[in-house]
Amino acid sequence: MIRLAPYLFAAFFLVLWEIAVRVSGVPEYLVPGPVAIVGAFRADPLLFLTSLASTLGVTATAIVVSAVLGVVLALVMQASPLARAAFQPWTVVLQVTPIVAIAPLVIVWVGDPFASVVICATIIAFFPVFSATAAGLAAAPADLLDLFRLNGAGRWATLRLLRLPVALPYFLAGLRISGGLALVGAVSAEIVAGSGGVASGLAYRILEAGYRLQVARMFAALALLSASGVAINAALGALAHALLRRRGEA
Amino acid sequence: MLTLDRLGRRFANGTQALQGASLRIGQGDFVALLGPSGCGKSTLLRLIAGLDAPDQGRLVWDGGAAPAPGEIGFVFQDATLLPWADAADNVFLPLRLRGRDRRSAAPEIQAALARVGLERFAQARPRELSGGMRMRVSIARALVTRPRLLLMDEPFAALDEFTRFRLQEDLLTLWRELGCTVVFVTHSTYEACFLARRIVLMTPRPGRIATEIDSSLSHGPETRLAPAYTALVAEVTHAMQAAMSSPPPPGPGDAPR
Ligand SMILES: Nc1ncnc2c1ncn2[C@@H]1O[C@H](COP(=O)(O)OP(=O)(O)O)[C@@H](O)[C@H]1O
Ligand SMILES: [Mg+2]
Repeated sequence: MIRLAPYLFAAFFLVLWEIAVRVSGVPEYLVPGPVAIVGAFRADPLLFLTSLASTLGVTATAIVVSAVLGVVLALVMQASPLARAAFQPWTVVLQVTPIVAIAPLVIVWVGDPFASVVICATIIAFFPVFSATAAGLAAAPADLLDLFRLNGAGRWATLRLLRLPVALPYFLAGLRISGGLALVGAVSAEIVAGSGGVASGLAYRILEAGYRLQVARMFAALALLSASGVAINAALGALAHALLRRRGEA
Repeated sequence: MLTLDRLGRRFANGTQALQGASLRIGQGDFVALLGPSGCGKSTLLRLIAGLDAPDQGRLVWDGGAAPAPGEIGFVFQDATLLPWADAADNVFLPLRLRGRDRRSAAPEIQAALARVGLERFAQARPRELSGGMRMRVSIARALVTRPRLLLMDEPFAALDEFTRFRLQEDLLTLWRELGCTVVFVTHSTYEACFLARRIVLMTPRPGRIATEIDSSLSHGPETRLAPAYTALVAEVTHAMQAAMSSPPPPGPGDAPR
């Protein structure tokens, strides 16, 4: 019952929504009910699914790029206190600057629509995976570091056998947060770019439907976006679970 | 084996942890370093291990050269095992760091685990083991390189009394079998008296050697109840009381705050 609760709640909510829409007689172009939304999707499923694939493509690329950049930068900072002192304060600037404020600049400079959207998504997805990995690399227990030194371990052996394995759960937790943010970043950038962007993602479908007052289509795209966010989060959670379980830790 | 000559250590924040600590550690000795919390016992152990350097005095090793990696075994207060590795791989770690391959090291790993009574737990992960068993793995890890000197920093302080007593007895057996030198840090008078051939008392910070008391306690099934043991505990307790109130040595003390 507890496990079913969220689904029961969703079903209850959807039914209530449909009834409310029908009973009140609000016009469909203002507030469509669930049935109308599904109808909008079924009117043109191919368009929605290609848009979904486009947005997911941008998001996945951004996740991979921010994971690689985050790990590399965290390693550089771990290896060099000078690099840490130089970069650390600036990574926060990336994190606190609203993406919609940078997106127009990126789009103007980069030109290529796919690349600009990926860059925007990466800018906001980068920080969690980077800072979590940096924390993980610094989290090796002092006693174990002493043990490694006592046995003549060099920097590389300490990294490979101690720091990286200790950092793995931190990295995975950071990656999960970055995954959600990559989607948010991709959508924001698409919205800012409008018809000058990739013009094929789900966010563009929302813009387009908005101009034409096709509210049911807006809702259909929105529902797909939310589902994608949930799926990305669940997939990265499952990845973390599987990797940590292989080490006997989950 | 080793002479500590008026060692001093002052940390960057101005804490004078040790001052004028002199001690001789003989080959095959079992020395307990006993003193209140914060008196510099761990600092002294880290100086001996070469993990930290003194800023006054010096360490003189018999035969001249400081021990090579692997000639010193170190056991910490926590077992500090790698949680993702099983017992055998944890014991393998020091050998691995010195470039040995897993297959050729297998007999040594198995022997070290057998020494601490865990031959049947080679495949167990740390979280599947009890606190006492984890400490046994940690001891096996320190022994696997066949160290000449075994340094132990309050290794049993976090264990329950039954487990602690068992491990103390087993440690003595190991020491007799292996014939290595042991320096054992503790803040328990009872533990120091039970284990050590020589009990070294340290003063409160800045740490210094106050007194050394030799023990010729012989171990039997009821040592903990034997009059000789309680007499030793009484002697050490009195000496500790004197050490606690002894004035600091002349020379630079703590920076004024
Ligand atoms: N790295 C360090 N930096 C500054 N102070 C330290 C450091 N390590 C230990 N100390 C201080 O030195 C004193 C002795 O510490 P320690 O050797 O750990 O004592 P013990 O092991 O006897 O409890 C303590 O006051 C401790 O706070
Ligand atoms: Mg200590």
